[in-house]
Amino acid sequence: MGLLNRVFCLAKAAWAAFNRPAAHLGIGVLTVGGFVAGVIWWGGFNTALEATNKEAFCISCHEMRDNPYADLKQTIHWSNRSGVRATCPDCHVPHNWTDKIARKMQASKEVWGKVFGTVDTPEKFEAKKRELAEHEWARLKANNSLECRNCHSAESMDITRQSARAAAAHQEFLFTGRQTCIDCHKGIAHRLPDMTGVPIWTMPAHAAGH
Amino acid sequence: MMTFRMPRPLRTCLLLAALAALPVLAVPLAAPAEDKAPAPATATTTTPATATARDVAASGRPAFTGAGGQTVMEAPAMPKDVTDDRRRPRNYPEQPPVIPHSVVNYQLDLKVNKCLTCHAREFTGDSQAPMISVTHFQDRDGQVLGAVSARRYFCLQCHVPQTDAQPRVPNQFQDVDSVIRGAHPEGKGDK
Repeated sequence: MGLLNRVFCLAKAAWAAFNRPAAHLGIGVLTVGGFVAGVIWWGGFNTALEATNKEAFCISCHEMRDNPYADLKQTIHWSNRSGVRATCPDCHVPHNWTDKIARKMQASKEVWGKVFGTVDTPEKFEAKKRELAEHEWARLKANNSLECRNCHSAESMDITRQSARAAAAHQEFLFTGRQTCIDCHKGIAHRLPDMTGVPIWTMPAHAAGH
Repeated sequence: MMTFRMPRPLRTCLLLAALAALPVLAVPLAAPAEDKAPAPATATTTTPATATARDVAASGRPAFTGAGGQTVMEAPAMPKDVTDDRRRPRNYPEQPPVIPHSVVNYQLDLKVNKCLTCHAREFTGDSQAPMISVTHFQDRDGQVLGAVSARRYFCLQCHVPQTDAQPRVPNQFQDVDSVIRGAHPEGKGDK
C-alpha cells in the first residue's frame, strides 16, 4: 500500500516536471534544438541500422562466415557469367521499412544465439540447419518470395531463353501463381539440410497435399 | 636388319634424346585440332609456332610446361555442356545412360539427392523423366528393395553429363551391331 502510493507520487512529480513550461530556455531554442537532436538521433539510428544490414557485418561472426556464407560461395548467386551477385541482406532483409524493422527485431534472437554459442561449431550448425532453413522457407512462402522478386521479375523473364524444361515449369507454376519461387528453388543459395518429408524433394507434391 | 652392334652408352644416349624430343614432336600432332581457336590477343611479341602455342615470356606463366622452354600450349576453350534433353543411344547395352541436361550445382549427398526429385519412381509422372531402372532397386545379392539401393545412390558415379569436346585421341570403337554387320555383310538386318 505504502509502496504503491510512493510510486504514484513519483509518477505525478515526473509528469509535473515534464509538463511544466521551460523557465530558462526559449521556445525557439527548444523547437530548433529538438529538431536538430531529432535529425541526429534518426540519422544515427538509420546509419547503425544500415551498418548491420551489410554483408561485412553478417560475416563478422564466424558462424555466418563459415557456414551459410561458405555455402553461398559455391552457388550461382555468388559467381556467374554476368558478375551480378547477391549479398546476404539482399535475400534475408526485407527492403520495406516496416518488414525490415520486424525482421531486425527477430534478429535479436541471433544475437542471443551468438552470445550463447547456439551454432558455434559446424556440427551444431548442421544439426540446426533444417530448423533455420524452415524459418526462411516459411518467410519467403508467406511474402510470395518477395526477396527473390526484388531482382527476378516474372514480367521480365523471357522463357524462350530458358531450357525447355525450365520454360515449361515456369509457364505452368510461376505465371499461373500456383507456386512461388521458393517452392521449387529451395537450396538455390545454400546447401540443403536433410530434406526428409519436404514436398517435391522426397515426396511428390500431390502426396504432400499440394 | 641392323647388323652392327651399338655401344651401350651410345644406345642409352640416343634413347634418352628420343624421349626428350617426344613433347616437341607431339606439338604439331595436337595442333590441328585447335587450329580453329582464335589466336590470343596478347601473343604479338613473337610469332607463335601455331595459333595455340605462345611464347612463354608473353604468357606470363612459369615455363616448366614449355616444350624446349620456349612455348606453352594454350588450353582449348571450355567445351559447352550438352543440355538439349535428347536421349543418347548407348554404345553397349550395359552402358549407364549419359545425362543430356545440365547438372551444375545439383546437390547430391547423404542429405539430398536432386536427381531423384525427377527420376525416382514416384516423381516420374510429374517430371516425365526416365525412371531409374529396376537394377537400382537391388542390393548386391540381387535382393529387391523398396527404394533405391545404397550402392546405386550416387548417380554421378556412373551417369555423367556430356560436353561438345572432341576426343583428344582417335577411337576406333565399334558397337556390337556394327561388328556383326561387318562380319556378315550379306545378312543386313536379318538374324
